[in-house]
Amino acid sequence: MRFGVVVFPGTWSDCDFHYVVSEVLHQPVRYVWHRERELGQLDCVILPGGFSYGDYLRAGAVAGRSPVVEALRDFVGRGGLVLGSCNGFQILCEAGLLPGVLTRNECLQYRCQSTHLVVENIDTPFTRGLRAGQVLTMPISHGEGKYYADAETLARLKQQNLVVFRYADADGKVTKASNPNGSLDNIAGIVNPEGTVLGMMPHPERASETAMGGTDGLLMFQSLLGSLVEDGTFLKR
Amino acid sequence: MKVRVLVRLKPGIMDVQGAAVKRALAGLGFSEIADLRIGKVIDIELDEAKPGEARTRVSEMCGQLLANPILEDYAVEIVTDLAPREVAR
Repeated sequence: MRFGVVVFPGTWSDCDFHYVVSEVLHQPVRYVWHRERELGQLDCVILPGGFSYGDYLRAGAVAGRSPVVEALRDFVGRGGLVLGSCNGFQILCEAGLLPGVLTRNECLQYRCQSTHLVVENIDTPFTRGLRAGQVLTMPISHGEGKYYADAETLARLKQQNLVVFRYADADGKVTKASNPNGSLDNIAGIVNPEGTVLGMMPHPERASETAMGGTDGLLMFQSLLGSLVEDGTFLKR
Repeated sequence: MKVRVLVRLKPGIMDVQGAAVKRALAGLGFSEIADLRIGKVIDIELDEAKPGEARTRVSEMCGQLLANPILEDYAVEIVTDLAPREVAR
């Protein structure tokens, strides 16, 4: 499976993702510079965390209108997979590739901590190897991760089962205390209706080797690898 | 043409920064503040002489980048002179 890791000025998780794909998964991967407009030969494009363009104006706002993200629209239209983590999720929302927006954490603190996520949707290439209700442990590291969408959008997300991860306690119970940033309905990650564009605030790349303290992030990558079909399409289940 | 854009959080959107600043001011004795909300000012100089055209172009800028319609409202003002540059002492 051919991966691309997008690098904006200010991206900081690019090397971590590149490392996991090349050294842990042993898959081909290349960096994609933010000015590139050609994503032709890739199967999955990763938008990593960081502070793209300094996060000036709003988190992910400038990156959401950059050449590579414009190219991403065609890529998604052709059925390519996109994983946005942390700033990548913010960029996908700002670009309109996912609904809603990430805004300032309710606690006003930058939160860098381990979180538990309950898996809500396993009908995506990213989560098809997981069980519904499974609890994953992954770190978060952000100041603007509070997911917000209007009531209509939230209802649509629920109705179409587009919420993939919610912050939960160790037993998988979705509680106020387990919500690190004030996200609406404890939302930690969502997907587009096609199941091909996933945005999440937690960092799967930072939970992909025992030396990192956990390997739950690797379960997502393994789901992805198992989803690729010979004709270049992806399995959802 | 000089144009000023005011970007504000929509009514009903929680402004956590505003709430923190309000608390800080209350701590300084300004306890009479009923509400405080923080927005952004963006001053733009355009190569455009017609106010109507300038307003239209800047509104397009707001729609495409300067404001996020999920969270924010914006107002566009044509200004004859942007804010004085001198710093208050």
